[in-house]
Amino acid sequence: MLQYVLKRLLSTLPVLLGISLLLFFMLRMLPGDPAQVMAGQMASPEDIKIVRHQLGLDRPIFVQYGIFLSRLAKFDLGRSARTQSPVIKEIWARLPNTVLLAVAAITLACLFGIPAGIISATRPYTWIDYLFTSMALFGISMPVFWLGLMLVVIFSVVLHWLPAGGTGSWKHIILPSFTLAAFVVAFITRMTRASMIEALSQDYTTTARSKGLEEKVVIVKHALKNALIPIITVVGLQFGLLLGGAVLTETVFAWPGIGRLIVDSILARDYPVIQGTILIFGLLYILVNLFVDMIYAFIDPRIHYD
Amino acid sequence: MTETTQPQAWSIQRSADSQFKRNWAKLRRNKAALFGGILILIYVITALLAPVMFPGSPSAPNLSRSLERPSIANPLGTDELGRSILGRVIYGSRVSLLIAIGVVFVGLLVGVPLGLVSGYYGGKVDFGIQRVTDSLLAFPGILLALALVAVLGVGLKNTIISVGISMVPIYIRLVRGCALSVREQTYVEAARAVGTRDRTILLRHILPNVMVPITIQTSLGMGMGILSAAALGFLGLGVQPPTPEWGAMLGSGRAYLFHAPHVATFPGIAIFLAVLGFNLAGDGLRDVLDPRFRL
Amino acid sequence: MKQESLLSIINLRTRFHIYEGMVTAVDGINLDVYRGETLGVVGESGCGKSVTALSILRLLASPPAEIQGTILFENVNLLDLNLDEIRRIRGNAISMVFQEPMTSLNPVLTIGEQISEAIRLHQGVARQEAWSKAVEMLQMVQIPSPDMRVHEYPHQLSGGMRQRAMIAMALSCHPRLLLADEPTTALDVTIQAQIVDLMERLKEEFDTSIVLITHNLGLIAEMAKRVLVMYMGKVVEEASVEDLFQEPLHPYTQGLLESIPWIGKKLKTGRRQLQEIPGMVPSLLEMPEGCRFHPRCSRVMNICSKEEPPLVQKGGRRVLCWLWA
Repeated sequence: MLQYVLKRLLSTLPVLLGISLLLFFMLRMLPGDPAQVMAGQMASPEDIKIVRHQLGLDRPIFVQYGIFLSRLAKFDLGRSARTQSPVIKEIWARLPNTVLLAVAAITLACLFGIPAGIISATRPYTWIDYLFTSMALFGISMPVFWLGLMLVVIFSVVLHWLPAGGTGSWKHIILPSFTLAAFVVAFITRMTRASMIEALSQDYTTTARSKGLEEKVVIVKHALKNALIPIITVVGLQFGLLLGGAVLTETVFAWPGIGRLIVDSILARDYPVIQGTILIFGLLYILVNLFVDMIYAFIDPRIHYD
Repeated sequence: MTETTQPQAWSIQRSADSQFKRNWAKLRRNKAALFGGILILIYVITALLAPVMFPGSPSAPNLSRSLERPSIANPLGTDELGRSILGRVIYGSRVSLLIAIGVVFVGLLVGVPLGLVSGYYGGKVDFGIQRVTDSLLAFPGILLALALVAVLGVGLKNTIISVGISMVPIYIRLVRGCALSVREQTYVEAARAVGTRDRTILLRHILPNVMVPITIQTSLGMGMGILSAAALGFLGLGVQPPTPEWGAMLGSGRAYLFHAPHVATFPGIAIFLAVLGFNLAGDGLRDVLDPRFRL
Repeated sequence: MKQESLLSIINLRTRFHIYEGMVTAVDGINLDVYRGETLGVVGESGCGKSVTALSILRLLASPPAEIQGTILFENVNLLDLNLDEIRRIRGNAISMVFQEPMTSLNPVLTIGEQISEAIRLHQGVARQEAWSKAVEMLQMVQIPSPDMRVHEYPHQLSGGMRQRAMIAMALSCHPRLLLADEPTTALDVTIQAQIVDLMERLKEEFDTSIVLITHNLGLIAEMAKRVLVMYMGKVVEEASVEDLFQEPLHPYTQGLLESIPWIGKKLKTGRRQLQEIPGMVPSLLEMPEGCRFHPRCSRVMNICSKEEPPLVQKGGRRVLCWLWA
């Protein structure tokens, strides 16, 4: 098992390399001169030249990439063009907030989505199935940022129950996490329903019933356990997407996470920060996928990684 | 409480109607899909007849009427520059429809050939394309589109390209998966054994089988495209003012949330209904064409 | 002396509501199973034999399925029982073995768990005891190293072993009736023989009656005492095994027997060729008028296409055919 984990981690390297390459070249194509941005408005052409040299921007592009990679190995992601502080520090300050939000959202989504999916699957085409499926459909079709805004209107503006943004108390996390969860719950419900219906139509379900087992047992012990694999896949996938969807929610609710960091740095052309945050996102996403794969092995005895 | 078992090895020969006719009949019976289709139709008509439905320019500012609540004169109210929100929502349908079509077009144009080649030929070509796809897919959600926008710049054209490219990996994966399984079918082997050229096999055997998931994905993709573009617009990185794009309208309406919430509400409803329409239609297509290719 | 029947099916009609209309999969069949006997039910795919078995245990979803008639098991009408009551019978007094052991066993549960859960449920014993009984059952079906195998998952067993495990599972609570739906069809021929032996032995040991559903006439010849032949939802012939094979009455049965390939067999014309029943089984949605077999019958008469044949008693046998009316 350990071997497998190590192998997988190693195999993520080419992907990370690929991302870094993509990013590196993409950012070099950004309009605007980063040296100028770093040097500031008042800088003279000489100053800019000095800054350019400092940033290594006057070297051939492959050398730049080489320097970039070597720095990466040392976890040095450079300095923010705006604040001059190390990118790693900026990210580290905000990452926990985003992760917190994502975890809260996925937990909410699973708590509601999985049971809803199971109920839908065991009573297909009844009013309750239609209700849940419609809710799921609405969830996917709704723009996350609009939902957030509407929730703010209802709960902040009209009812004054919850704050509209920022952090501070436990109240502050409610609206953002519900907003994020609404989007994800839709996928989870749909996948759970589909997966359960599939499992319930399998031969082994008939066998279980033919032994006289209670329907409850058939659903949970026999069907659900089989249905979990696709469900977990979706949950894992969604967690990864949440890290990205956080971008919008964080903007709406002024939540100090890395999502906002990315947007702000794109608007400000802060190369190092853009690069660093996207790389970190990529890494996180890959780690989540790896984690999900490992969970599979626990659930499905047919999968062995040796 | 239902307990379901279908008897094994039991088939009924159905009536001899053509496949298309049967599918069409099934689709029409699916109320949800029908509703979705109607929604889409409404949008298309609105987009086409926009100047008829709302004479005058939707983007001309009229500061004297800034931020008015919905009234007879302006059924959806006005925004911060005094423009009728109704008018902007109506014209926004043009923008969104354009985006939906453009985005899917880009995705198909690049994704389908790459997926076919990757799935059918395998080997190094497949490996290379797959690693690139992996890298692209490692960007969760709208990040890829964001990153591309950062490079290409903002505006309608760049939005379409960025969101379109973020769809490409999805199409590649979809088409590749399909191509892979079709490739293993005996009739493809037979075709190869007879000496059929690769190109012919790709076009006559593999492509038709891929059409089903592509069609479904296209409908869903149009909805996704509108959402992504709206997200970019909301962040200020998509379609730029004064072009009326629903997401951008939401973004600028956000500042007035507390005393003029209508500015942000209505464009959002428009997005919601449009995406809902595409999702319903896509789901309906999937139910009819092949329940195997579920989410 | 007429034996008391263990299971009596009287005028069973099972229909399904589907998009194109109402389909009758089992159309008014009658059968009896006596203690200690193996009853064979033979027919092509789609004739309704599996649906009959599923109807007995009421494993069909109630819409779209609609079951009418009477199924008497030890003098209780199974179709009158509520769900709880029928669950007490399932796996307990009446058990079922299915065709595909790979898909019929739950891939994420151990063999031991799948066997012992029925024991725990019906015999009210504790986990430990149920587990050791499961091991005993595995031993009885001759699976080697049962105490190790009991912890394994279905995919770790071979096809033959899986089927044995299924049999172990079905017999774990010593049912009085075993419904075996194509128990050997998915297995290699050599393994088939082993499974047949196993089933015979266990039948003796547990005094279980078996309803053996199959399209394999060879299997019927080996295991069954009496046979029912089904076609398109009806029983077309019923006889003892010897009578059926020596003197088939119904043209369909004759056709089935003639189509068994023999090395060296020659047709009446003197040619060596596979004999077949011409035509195909029609769709259940388009049932022929009169006798359902008449479009394919080599001895068809005028009346066959107009009226349904009566059930004729002939000695200890029954046949549904105008030829014998």
